[in-house]
Amino acid sequence: MFKRLPDTQGAAVAVTIDGEPFNAREGDSVAAALLAAGRSYCRETPVTGAKRAPYCMMGVCFDCLVTVDGIGNRQGCLTRVEDGMRIETQHGKREARA
Amino acid sequence: MPQDHDIAVVGGGLLGSAIAFGLAREGQRVVVLDEGDVAKRASRGNFALVWVQSKGLGMPAYTGWTINSTQAWPQLEAELKERTGLDVCLEQTGGFSICLSEREMEQRRDVLRRIHAQEGVAKYDVALLDRREVEKMLPGIGPDVVGGSYCPLDGHVNALRLFRAFHVANQRLGIDYKPDHRVGAIDFERGRFRLQTSQGEIEAGKIVLAAGNANAQLAPMVGLSAPMQFNCRGQIVVTERLQRFMRYPIGTLRQTDEGTVMIGDSYEDSTDDRGINTAINSVMLDRAQRTFPFLANVNVVRSWSCLRVMTQDGFPIYDQSESCPGAFIACCHSGVTLAAVHAYTLAPMIARGALDLQQTGVFSAQRFHVQKAA
Amino acid sequence: MTAMPLPKDHYDVVIIGAGPAGLAAAAVAGKAGLSTLVLDENAQPGGQIFRAITSTPVQRRDILGDDYWRGENLVAETRAGGAVIVQGATVWSLDRDLQIAVSLLGQSQIVKARRVIIATGALERPFPIPGWTLPGVMTVGAGQTLLKSSGLVPDGKVVLAGTGPLLWLYAAQVLRAGGAIDAILDTTPRGNYWRALPYALPFLMSPYRAKGLALMREVKRKVRVVSNVTSLAALGGDKLDAVAFSAGGAEQKIAADTLLLHQGVVPNVNLANAAGVAHRWDERQLCWVPVLDADGNTSVPGIAIAGDGAGIGGALAAAERGRIAAVAAVEALAPGKKSLTPDRSELSNTLRRAELGRAFLDVLFQPAQQFRLPEGDTIVCRCEEVSAARIKETIALGTEGPNQLKAFLRCGMGPCQGRLCGLTVTEMIAQARGMSPDAVGYYRLRPPVKPIALKELASMPHSEQDEKAVVRG
Repeated sequence: MFKRLPDTQGAAVAVTIDGEPFNAREGDSVAAALLAAGRSYCRETPVTGAKRAPYCMMGVCFDCLVTVDGIGNRQGCLTRVEDGMRIETQHGKREARA
Repeated sequence: MPQDHDIAVVGGGLLGSAIAFGLAREGQRVVVLDEGDVAKRASRGNFALVWVQSKGLGMPAYTGWTINSTQAWPQLEAELKERTGLDVCLEQTGGFSICLSEREMEQRRDVLRRIHAQEGVAKYDVALLDRREVEKMLPGIGPDVVGGSYCPLDGHVNALRLFRAFHVANQRLGIDYKPDHRVGAIDFERGRFRLQTSQGEIEAGKIVLAAGNANAQLAPMVGLSAPMQFNCRGQIVVTERLQRFMRYPIGTLRQTDEGTVMIGDSYEDSTDDRGINTAINSVMLDRAQRTFPFLANVNVVRSWSCLRVMTQDGFPIYDQSESCPGAFIACCHSGVTLAAVHAYTLAPMIARGALDLQQTGVFSAQRFHVQKAA
Repeated sequence: MTAMPLPKDHYDVVIIGAGPAGLAAAAVAGKAGLSTLVLDENAQPGGQIFRAITSTPVQRRDILGDDYWRGENLVAETRAGGAVIVQGATVWSLDRDLQIAVSLLGQSQIVKARRVIIATGALERPFPIPGWTLPGVMTVGAGQTLLKSSGLVPDGKVVLAGTGPLLWLYAAQVLRAGGAIDAILDTTPRGNYWRALPYALPFLMSPYRAKGLALMREVKRKVRVVSNVTSLAALGGDKLDAVAFSAGGAEQKIAADTLLLHQGVVPNVNLANAAGVAHRWDERQLCWVPVLDADGNTSVPGIAIAGDGAGIGGALAAAERGRIAAVAAVEALAPGKKSLTPDRSELSNTLRRAELGRAFLDVLFQPAQQFRLPEGDTIVCRCEEVSAARIKETIALGTEGPNQLKAFLRCGMGPCQGRLCGLTVTEMIAQARGMSPDAVGYYRLRPPVKPIALKELASMPHSEQDEKAVVRG
């Protein structure tokens, strides 16, 4: 769980997370937006289905993989939020045809 | 410290491991001498096919030997599972070779015709299918796919798990596995072999050279020969894990049991197994996305290059030494496909002390010398 | 052919990474008139230490502190120098011919350099404790990134655990921002204080001493600090519920929503390793470092490494090493422009001052064995979910090294390409086989060093000859 500092600057960016609307902030990565939204996990692993959340936030651990605008296995911490972005939990292996 | 071994297997890759496994099953006391972690290892870089189609042009007996192995493979899978608990995920669904132009289709037709026209070649089914027939079995293929050939004997396994399963099984069979024991010299005296390794001397009554390309240097030490190509590099690319979309492997594109897609494989004139040629990868990947257009957006996770263990004519060498009785050699590049026949057919011959020339005589390295003489 | 996102496909100097080392190198090379390209994966320059320096939403400057805001000057200086800085650029291949493959805006292209300076910095050392993969467990660096880029601080019950300066810096930043921390579990082994003593004198003369002690005092006034923590486990089912630990022989458990772990940083070696750069094991920093000369040149001609990727030295040393590598590049490519570069011996002196006290910090904050060599069900390879027990049993087969282990177990084969398991695997093999980590070695890495869309790799230029190597009848 993370909370925004009260005097944080930046315009709101409207995204959806698994269909639910959420206002992220300009400059947020997708992973930051997920944590700000209080999501406890962002993916289930393709190996055992274990739940995972962002871990390193710097692009090296690949635990923040999510589906963004229909494209699976995007690195949430290296993808910036944009207005209208659809962010979805990554359920295990990626769909080949999506 | 002198150790009591009936037989030393030089090489701990898939070939040496399969032979060692077969020898131990016959009650032999086996030591396996292996190199270190950064050795050139085809066993870590192969494409994991258990494959029949297109093999044997120029040596019909090789087709039969290959078919024998694919038929023995289910037994090997079951035995490894029983001994180790590891499932090597053998799938013998049949497999494809895909053609991306009429010209490729024509070449395919020609190769198959020539293989089957050879005298004494084992007969097996292989069908040339048009685009529509291919699409029924491989839904999602792109418009560039003209057709392909399908052989019901073909299949694939998890070759890395196979490699591990052999090592686990061999440990349980009591095989003495010695890593970092690169063999530099072999002496034969009074019916015994003394192998000089990077960590001292090993003695054994028999030896099997299964050291890949290094067999070329080792073979003459015991009156054998192994003419190798050395410079036959291949590259493979692998993607992230995907939900299952392929039911049948293609010779250069297959989905593993884990979900990753392996894309191969080049034939390059190179002995450098460290580097990656991105230009060659791009050709392989372009063909992959023309075969299945949806792969374009999938992430590639890794790529590697590896040297094939390829004899000069591309066919296996199985031989025994006349001047140093008890010395055997095995060289081949299809260590996955042939694993079953190595474990169940070749190893028992070696355990008995003599190759059955009815089956293996054609694979003797004598063929190279005869050609030279003629 | 579609237009490529980069304006040119050849540069005098290509610098990979826009942290302190990369920015400082680019400033020097650019000012000397070399055509200089900086490729950086992040959305903004600054690397990790100056992350979001040009865009942070954190308004009060005291929260992140003066050392952070120093990054503003560095970015300004670099921009003024004329270097082209490209953000969002993922370098996925570097070869011995100094060809760089970079992915940018969904396209890949090749850039050719006359000199390459790798400035890809560091990453946090793996901290493989039971439960470290649970949602709710992150690194301290991750927490700090969230603060710098998004103005986010942890909420609920917050525990920090581990050792090293970043732990205290981040704790102080969170407290200044009005956040709360329930406990800090300090895993610094008690014996380290004695072992570090011989290195203490230069440290006492360094700027780190006063700053470090002040930070620790600032934090200890407000937070429960448990010293000499000797075991640590994250507990929970689908997410973190509690942290179990032992200290002074007593087992304890505290409820937690967020556990932030840190036990130092280590060089990010993937790109250099895949380029064939020789590395050696550093016994004091317990990690791989590239073999370098005084100018930062590697074993591969034309490739230099600067910054924490050259061995951990901190932000000040990183910038100096960047400048030194850039001066060497100017000397090699445009000796006539040497007068436009800073004085080499002065840079060396500044570097020496910046490195004062580093040995003391290395030894003092050397993580304990039990936090580097996990046991039982603890996951070592996060991507492929390979446990310590499975690795140990496989090493016992006689497995020679990390590459054979990788083939047997898939550890290091996932998308992170060994970044989060490689050090652990090397040290586990070294321990089990009674060898030095240097003798055990590391994963042999190859491009792409980051996952890249297949269509991008498929679009790389190739010749008819390349086609012939693939297409066959």
